[in-house]
Amino acid sequence: MLHLTLNGKPLCVPDGAMLQETALEQLPGASVIILNGFQTSDNLELHDGDSITAIEKGVMPPEDVLEHMMAARHSPYVHERMKRACVGIAGLGGLGSNIAAMLARTGVGHLILVDFDTVEPSNLNRQNYFISHLGMRKADATAKLLHEINPFIKIEHHNVRIDASNAVELFGGCDIVCEAFDNPDCKAELVSTLLSGTENIRMVAGSGMAGYGSCNEIVTKKRMSRLYVCGDEKTAAANGVGLMAPRVSVCAGHQANMVLRLLLDIETP
Amino acid sequence: MKVNGEIIPVSDGLTVSSLLEQQGYQVSRIAVEVNREIIPKAQYDTHILHEDDVIEIVCFMGGG
Repeated sequence: MLHLTLNGKPLCVPDGAMLQETALEQLPGASVIILNGFQTSDNLELHDGDSITAIEKGVMPPEDVLEHMMAARHSPYVHERMKRACVGIAGLGGLGSNIAAMLARTGVGHLILVDFDTVEPSNLNRQNYFISHLGMRKADATAKLLHEINPFIKIEHHNVRIDASNAVELFGGCDIVCEAFDNPDCKAELVSTLLSGTENIRMVAGSGMAGYGSCNEIVTKKRMSRLYVCGDEKTAAANGVGLMAPRVSVCAGHQANMVLRLLLDIETP
Repeated sequence: MKVNGEIIPVSDGLTVSSLLEQQGYQVSRIAVEVNREIIPKAQYDTHILHEDDVIEIVCFMGGG
């Protein structure tokens, strides 16, 4: 007998059982079949411990099965690690709103979102908001969006301005905090305050992602014992050098991926 | 002492503030680590640097 899971539930099948027959026997309408994080139409021989996900397009599964299906394309064991993590996002502009969406998709179990600001039209060129969010507080809008992306994670949000007096209180319980401010003085203050005021928190910051220079210049570096910096470290937003979706999103992707790596105990950038 | 990987000479009683001024950094935009410990901004004027210190200075660019 082989002991498998299908859509998150235990299933025993005889030795020599094959993937496609097993999946279709359980869910005859399945058109997406994923074995251990990899979608395949091959009829592979199954092994003990395999995890199968079978999805019927257009059909809303029960809630307990939905969470399993949403995480099915992560590599095995990644979902469990993400689910246990707490990550803070300081600032929900071009970097933070995009990082938040990526970490929600990645299944980070507890996100703490903080921003004092309100969504306005000039945000829409790069920030993860829609016309319907105009006038909403960014923390409220992001929390609402994330519930739509992944209802299985805990989202805590605060509509406050972060400074040296409240940063440790807001983010002290996090494993990792993403610095996602716009203003360079605020970036420096947050990094200094949080790293000096806590023992173990690691930070992933953004620095230098304005304009439309090559995206290949945006990199992740480990700059301090608990600080990673993503960006080109030179292109500041300035008169004539705007902030645009592609480079800002690439930088946000670097930050989100470094968070994922740290949560999987990989410390190299 | 080593600053961002480069060896530079240290004078007696050099503080973090005087190093930053000497190196031309805009103090409000930087974070400083000495021997793997972050130095809070309030200690820049009083923290004395020594010959075998390893110092990392990160200067943040605006935008996000």
